Amino acid sequence: MADVGADIGYVPPAEVEEMELYHAHSFITKYVFSQDAKVIAIQYSLTAIAIGLVGLVLSWMMRLQLGFPESFDFIDPADYYQFITMHGMIMVVYLLTALFLGGFGNYLIPLMVGARDMVFPYVNMVSYWVFLIAVLVLLASFFVPGGPTGAGWTLYPPQAILSGTPGSGGGIVLMLISLSLFIVGFTMGGLNYVTTVLQARTRGLTLMRMPLSIWGIFTATVLALLAFPALLVGSIMMTLDSLLGTSFFMPAIVEQGELLKHDGGSPILFQHLFWFFGHPEVYIVALPAFGIVSDLLSVHARRHIFGYRMMVWAIVIIGALSFIVWAHHMYVSGMNPYFGFFFATTTLIIAIPTALKVYNWTLTLWKANIQLTVPMLFALAFIVTFVNGGITGLFLGNVVVDIPLSDTMFVVAHFHMVMGVAPLLVIFGAIYHWYPLMTGRMWHKGMGLFHFWVTFIGAYTIFLPIHYLGFLGVPRRYFEMGETTFIPESAQTLNAFITVVVLFVGFAQLVFFYNMIRSMTKGEKSERNPWKAASLEWQTPEVPPGHGNFGPDLPLVYRWAYDYGVPGVKDDFVPQNVHPDQVVKA
Amino acid sequence: MNILQELRQKPWMADQAVLDNAHDGTAYVLAKPKLGLRVLLISITVVLSLFVIAYSDRMFVSDWHPLPEPWMLWLNTAVLIFSSVAMQRGVNAARERQIAAVKTNMLAAGGFAFAFLFGQSMVWQQLIALGFFAAANPANAFFYLLTAVHGVHLLGGLVAWVRVVKRFKQAPDTVRLRESMELCATYWHYLLIVWLVFFILLLFT
Repeated sequence: MADVGADIGYVPPAEVEEMELYHAHSFITKYVFSQDAKVIAIQYSLTAIAIGLVGLVLSWMMRLQLGFPESFDFIDPADYYQFITMHGMIMVVYLLTALFLGGFGNYLIPLMVGARDMVFPYVNMVSYWVFLIAVLVLLASFFVPGGPTGAGWTLYPPQAILSGTPGSGGGIVLMLISLSLFIVGFTMGGLNYVTTVLQARTRGLTLMRMPLSIWGIFTATVLALLAFPALLVGSIMMTLDSLLGTSFFMPAIVEQGELLKHDGGSPILFQHLFWFFGHPEVYIVALPAFGIVSDLLSVHARRHIFGYRMMVWAIVIIGALSFIVWAHHMYVSGMNPYFGFFFATTTLIIAIPTALKVYNWTLTLWKANIQLTVPMLFALAFIVTFVNGGITGLFLGNVVVDIPLSDTMFVVAHFHMVMGVAPLLVIFGAIYHWYPLMTGRMWHKGMGLFHFWVTFIGAYTIFLPIHYLGFLGVPRRYFEMGETTFIPESAQTLNAFITVVVLFVGFAQLVFFYNMIRSMTKGEKSERNPWKAASLEWQTPEVPPGHGNFGPDLPLVYRWAYDYGVPGVKDDFVPQNVHPDQVVKA
Repeated sequence: MNILQELRQKPWMADQAVLDNAHDGTAYVLAKPKLGLRVLLISITVVLSLFVIAYSDRMFVSDWHPLPEPWMLWLNTAVLIFSSVAMQRGVNAARERQIAAVKTNMLAAGGFAFAFLFGQSMVWQQLIALGFFAAANPANAFFYLLTAVHGVHLLGGLVAWVRVVKRFKQAPDTVRLRESMELCATYWHYLLIVWLVFFILLLFT
């Protein structure tokens, strides 16, 4: 660590280039069609959370069926498949991706890099509105004849557009249109995130002085800009197969005794396109989570992040490797064994930089002054959960283990731990952490602790037994098991237990929302920098940050974002923008 | 920016801090809109490359029957080249502050682009009249798909072109206008290259 009090070669700064800032003059342009990244962030977040709640309710419906089969007349097999499909797509794309990149990306990037706003504010605004339209189109599919698609979140052809599949008419078309709109909207946002990070940092903020949150969001955005095109291409071609009768993905096929007009299309090609998007998508969600959790740990443990450079390298290497592992999702589709070997090997290699991050998080905590705040608890819970989910990923990365487990509940448990629970823990932690900055108020700590423990213990109570069900051979995607000789009756009892816990944990989230809304007006007023964080977003002249973020002068950066636990310094930390001569000694 | 060099920096070290404090916060000596456009073009290139890969994958199946290339495609190609040339001449004129030439070339670039799109729609009509429907054969489907994807991107470019023309009417001699024209020209040349790749692919397969 640098001796922050010493002369570190202060260079008198040249004038920081000012951006042309759009100033809103009416309520509509300030809060509705806003070009301010902070407002856009909140719009993205609220929309993503709203659609995420729809996804949550859909999961309850599924669990009701699995826990208590033949008990609910309003759930038939078609409904069940529609719930599965919409739950999966909503959670992965419309909640997690939108919240991490559109929500946290918009809020944190300009503030953390010392910019007044995103570099293309108008395009940024359009990005949100296209996202909103995408969400509305997706919701519209619930109301068309046949309902939403029930093809599974992977939307595999040919079954996705065959008449036996629920929602094979309007439902699948609206899903594909919605995804295409989402990608167009995201691309507009992504251009902003990348260009702002590369070209609009304040003076002194080199790439290697950026907080890891920004590294995570930046790398995930690059991944998304390169991976989402594959989903767009697949969506466009499948829309044409569905509407115009082309045969991009549709082979010659007999449906209900009738030979369809399709011929020669390749369903496997769609799978490759889908997973070329789908696997990087895991890291599009995970990398921002990695970055944010690094910052939460460092701030709340009052210790600089261990191995900063390695953490950055790991983010970049994981991002690069994520493009050469996609076919491990397709082992059961069949492939040349050498390809299987290749994809299994690359999948295992990706565990190395990932494990490195886990070690570094753990070493950051070593001899640290750990503050067990609510954000910190969520961050710690993330580490444990990510290790759990990651280790089962190593099982499934191996061809010989994946094939027998692939269609069982084990896979459901694995990806929910690694891609559902783990990122959500970070999201909760991040919201608790940055809420005082966004509102100027603190949460009610008791309710926050209740929310944490119920969510953390609840998630394990739900998903550990699902691993066990998978080992028993309980298949996934089944409406009901019926009488299956190799599955003991106790499996059904366990399913019922899991459903009860799911409902309890789901409803317990109301405490989180109540706390959020209540704290806006009744929460204790927050200090300007309640967590004593060193990064720039907490150094704004007003809280919440005003339009343009930083008052008349942009901040000048003199150090990285991790000067915590600094000996001989008042408050044990030094913000990034404090001049070396102005560091207050203890 | 040399990313490998950047990634080797140790931001916590005092000697690195000397260099870092003087850093102006930009990664490239490049205007932000130009970098934004380049990022966009990379993303579009991935989209288009995946279409080409899908095309290459599908064309080897035995039911692939290439459709005839109407002579009008050659004419349309020439029109698109004219459009790109006019756009570049417009940029050159803006750099030399020749307002009249800027106007002529900008209008010509847009006019040729519209003519190209009109010509492509004529090709579609001809082929449909001859019975080459999208669903009839994968080669037909890919022809319509690739030409449509290219056309949609050009339409997007024309939206930007309209904004530049409006800006020209408001203030014909500004740095901002010249920068916008340069962005338009980059996009135009890019779409010309894309069309030439698609056209060669369609001609030889």
